[in-house]
Amino acid sequence: MDFLDKTWAIVVKDVAAEWHTREMLSAMLVFAVLALLVFSFALDLRGATARAAAPGVLWATVAFAGTLGLSRSLVREQQTGCIDGLLLAPVDRTAIFFGKALGNLFFMLIVEVILLPLFAGLFNVPLLRPEVLLVTMLGTVGYAAVGTLLAAMAVNTRAREVLLPVLLLPLAFPVLIAAVQTTGALLEGGTLTEAGGWLRLIVVYDLVILAVATLTFGYVLEE
Amino acid sequence: MNRHRDLPGLILALASAVAVLTALGMVFLYAPREATMGDVQRIFYFHVSSAWVGFFAFFVTFLAGILYLIRGERQWDILALSSVEVGLTFITMAVITGSLWARPVWGTYWTWEPRLTISAVQLLIYIAYGMLRRAVEGPERQARFAAVYGIVAFVTVPLSWFAIRWWRTIHPDILTGGGEMTLTPRMVQTLLVSLAAFTLLYVTLLRQRIRLERFADALAALRMTQ
Repeated sequence: MDFLDKTWAIVVKDVAAEWHTREMLSAMLVFAVLALLVFSFALDLRGATARAAAPGVLWATVAFAGTLGLSRSLVREQQTGCIDGLLLAPVDRTAIFFGKALGNLFFMLIVEVILLPLFAGLFNVPLLRPEVLLVTMLGTVGYAAVGTLLAAMAVNTRAREVLLPVLLLPLAFPVLIAAVQTTGALLEGGTLTEAGGWLRLIVVYDLVILAVATLTFGYVLEE
Repeated sequence: MNRHRDLPGLILALASAVAVLTALGMVFLYAPREATMGDVQRIFYFHVSSAWVGFFAFFVTFLAGILYLIRGERQWDILALSSVEVGLTFITMAVITGSLWARPVWGTYWTWEPRLTISAVQLLIYIAYGMLRRAVEGPERQARFAAVYGIVAFVTVPLSWFAIRWWRTIHPDILTGGGEMTLTPRMVQTLLVSLAAFTLLYVTLLRQRIRLERFADALAALRMTQ
């Protein structure tokens, strides 16, 4: 099996395991909807307010729902002893990282695919545009990548899930700011070229994080 | 007892005491009174110096983290951990002096001025670093995780900086408009002396913190043998 096959096998395993119970995905989804309600009550999201607040509310919801899924995905790996099996198998550590990160990305994207139309419908904000979807995906790539690396550390600590948001959010600030700004520019009728600087920042963040995580993930797993 | 005497450390401590006192004297006696902000502006010299030392300290942690992952030697972990702790002290000072300065000049204790914001972000990142260390069991794993976090964290700092700066240029803060100033030669000299004094103080504190950690290791080793 080459690198891609191994990575893919890990993604398929994660998706299959999740599909049996769907407990993580349903928790993320229900949490995301609840977060939307909380924001709606807190900020009184109607009309112009909804449009102005939409990018921030959307990305805050994605970020918080994401931390739920990220820690769950690695905790399960450890509870079932699956990670030990993966480490014993002749699999490159990088393949494990990309497998886990792609799996987490996939779950976050599912949540977003449901969240975006719901958001658009509830608050009457035109979020369903290909550009918005592209930005959402690019932003999620970086978030899922850095989140996977940090979650792999967090599950090996005494504090476990509690620690992940504390570790993750300050490192995710650049991609969150850039994603909110790009989404905001698009909602105000801008094009992707107009938000080019922010979009580039997201892409640079994704690439830098993927590179650093690829180099360091082995040290997080090595036992 | 004699072998525990730390002569270079003592000299460093004395030198930084003299340097900080000189800087303090220059700030109050040598540097001219700033035209628009008045005496309040004198906090600038120590504010900038502590922010610089904070950033430098986290850079040292980043380098020490890389060296630890390559070599696996305890000394690099000690350096990383000591530099974070000393750096946290300085970055906290930068944030506090920043808000003290903001109050009379902009009429508020906090403003989302990019440099102040990035300092606050750094403060949060390295508090998280400390929490990670405390939550990990086993010294070797602790060092490994901390090294990885120190590296990833430092890599995101320039990106955070760009993000925060662009964010502020899009939503310009009318409040911070009055913060610009032109530096006279005497002001520049005072700033340079303050920077040097704070850097020396950082080296002194770092050295002491490293020594403390070595003693703790030695004590732990002694306890193990009994």
